[in-house]
Amino acid sequence: MLTTSDTTPSRSRSLTSKQLPKATPWVIAVASIIVAAGISFLGLGRFSITVTAVLAGALNAIAVFAISAAYEGRRKAVDRVATTVVSSTFVLACVPLISLLWLTVSKGGAALDLNLLSRTMLGMKGILDQQYVAGEAGLAGGFYHAIVGTVLITLAACVISIPVGVLAAIYLVEYAGKNKLGKAITFLVDVMTGIPSIVAGLFAFALFSTIAELVMPAAAGVAKTGFTAAVALSVLMIPIVVRNTEEILRLVPMDLREASYALGVPKWKTIVKIVLPTSVSGILSGVTIAIARVIGETAPIMVTAGFAKTLNWNLFSGWMSTLPTYIYDSQLRPVSPGDAAIASSERAWAAALVLVALVMILNLLARVIAKVLAPKAGR
Amino acid sequence: MSKQIDIKDLNIYYGDFQAVEGVEMQIKPRSVTAFIGPSGCGKSTVLRTLNRMHEVIPGASVRGEVLMDGSDIYGAGVDPVNVRREVGMVFQRANPFPTMSIKENVLAGVRLNNKRLSKAEADDLTERALRGANLWNEVKDRLNLPGSGLSGGQQQRLCIARAIAVEPEVLLMDEPCSALDPISTLAIEDLINDLKDKYTVVIVTHNMQQAARVSDKTAFFNIAGTGKPGKLIEFNDTSVIFSNPEKEETENYISGRFG
Ligand SMILES: Nc1ncnc2c1ncn2[C@@H]1O[C@H](COP(=O)(O)OP(=O)(O)OP(=O)(O)O)[C@@H](O)[C@H]1O
Ligand SMILES: [Mg+2]
Repeated sequence: MLTTSDTTPSRSRSLTSKQLPKATPWVIAVASIIVAAGISFLGLGRFSITVTAVLAGALNAIAVFAISAAYEGRRKAVDRVATTVVSSTFVLACVPLISLLWLTVSKGGAALDLNLLSRTMLGMKGILDQQYVAGEAGLAGGFYHAIVGTVLITLAACVISIPVGVLAAIYLVEYAGKNKLGKAITFLVDVMTGIPSIVAGLFAFALFSTIAELVMPAAAGVAKTGFTAAVALSVLMIPIVVRNTEEILRLVPMDLREASYALGVPKWKTIVKIVLPTSVSGILSGVTIAIARVIGETAPIMVTAGFAKTLNWNLFSGWMSTLPTYIYDSQLRPVSPGDAAIASSERAWAAALVLVALVMILNLLARVIAKVLAPKAGR
Repeated sequence: MSKQIDIKDLNIYYGDFQAVEGVEMQIKPRSVTAFIGPSGCGKSTVLRTLNRMHEVIPGASVRGEVLMDGSDIYGAGVDPVNVRREVGMVFQRANPFPTMSIKENVLAGVRLNNKRLSKAEADDLTERALRGANLWNEVKDRLNLPGSGLSGGQQQRLCIARAIAVEPEVLLMDEPCSALDPISTLAIEDLINDLKDKYTVVIVTHNMQQAARVSDKTAFFNIAGTGKPGKLIEFNDTSVIFSNPEKEETENYISGRFG
């Protein structure tokens, strides 16, 4: 009757199981790539990155499953395939980013030099570009004016949007509670987030045209200034600043506000001296991200600030160029038609590199700010 | 430097929900009063009405009177900010300001209330408050380091130092020891005994021994069931509450036959 003695051995399972060596997935991956490249070469008669990549991905998944299933068992095989798929998708997601950076750096880097950074398009003629293409002269022209325009317009946009955005967020978090005005603002901010940038540009232009008409009738063109562009960018930037700041302010623990109130500190002072210092790093990095987001805008600048060929330091009068509009203009209307259009294209790539570098620097800056200003908890 | 508090027919609401009903109590100056009772019976709620802190919660409201040396803190024209300068508070979770050093934390109340302090005055006040909170010896060498770098018990005592640095008349404490080890708890209990000489102290605690050790008077709150308002069941000398309470409900709670 005593069956226990029979069942006991079968119940005791081993905790160890067969395992492939750590390097196996890498070996399989490299082998798949080599095989895929070989097939691509034999089948097409030439090497194709696309075919190799697709084939290598499929081969890798199959091989991982087969080898692992044969040696380690089904559960581990499925696990390994899932890991492989997830990592391949990650690599896939990085491809556009890396190839974009690579293209910008290689094309822009080849053309970029100090001359381009310090000259404008003043006095540019088609003949100069033709000489360059013929190898008789260096690359003429430059985009100093576009860098200045980008910096001025973005700064002006910041001066408008940061106070408005941060104060609106403070209102939403600290004062509005669940009242109607708060809800209305939240709704409007949501709507503003989705406004197409060209519409923001048209809005700013229409606004300033109307004002210009009233002040000096028959002066239609005067509304196209750097400041109008800054207002257009602010329309895009304010909702981002509000959203980011709001999120950060909501992270400040209620405890801290209560501690301050309990000391008899008034509300406004609690906000200025306790809540804002605690969240300043987050707010600043949110602002920096908003700047990075609008600095590359093209459409709203085109309709509000036009295309300037030369340096203009005055935000309130005359057309201005920014790096994105400069790039757009160079590609669409090269200085010299025909073969020599390549010179305009090279300048455009150099400007694109500068723009990408600016955005990257801003993003890095956001991280540094967040690190440096974050409340310290160390001993 | 200490005030008497008279609570008269106090009803407290969160929106439409009545959390506390009909509290009557007289808290003598220079005494320690403990609030005990099961969770959710409204101890924190009552405590927070004593310095109008519950107004911070949207929708919260109060009916009744809280007289501080005879003047109603809910009377017309009373500024809650002024009330809170007289009635300090220490919270269950230590909450030093993370952007400030230990010293700045202690001085925060005074500085944020626009009082200018000379360096000597500031040093003096820091030392007095930290000594008052039994923390001076542990932190005197690192006054300029962040307050959040202290241990939990030290942080709680830092919060007490911060509260007494503004020299309030009354000090409210909501479960100040609930996150602390027995040694830090003892340090804070000793501190409460010292504070009694200068301040009126009201403390919420779940620890009956603590209530028995530190308080002169004890208030027992109870709640009939979820959704019902909490009520003050018995308010008496601590010795009476813990040896021979008048109400059976109190007796049951004290002896652990309930809640
Ligand atoms: N912010 C709030 N909003 C709505 N209701 C609340 C709020 N805070 C507390 N309450 C309710 O008020 C009642 C009393 O809560 P209170 O926090 O005063 O209890 P307590 O006695 O302090 O309990 P504990 O011992 O668990 O801290 C509870 O029913 C609670 O749900
Ligand atoms: Mg409580």
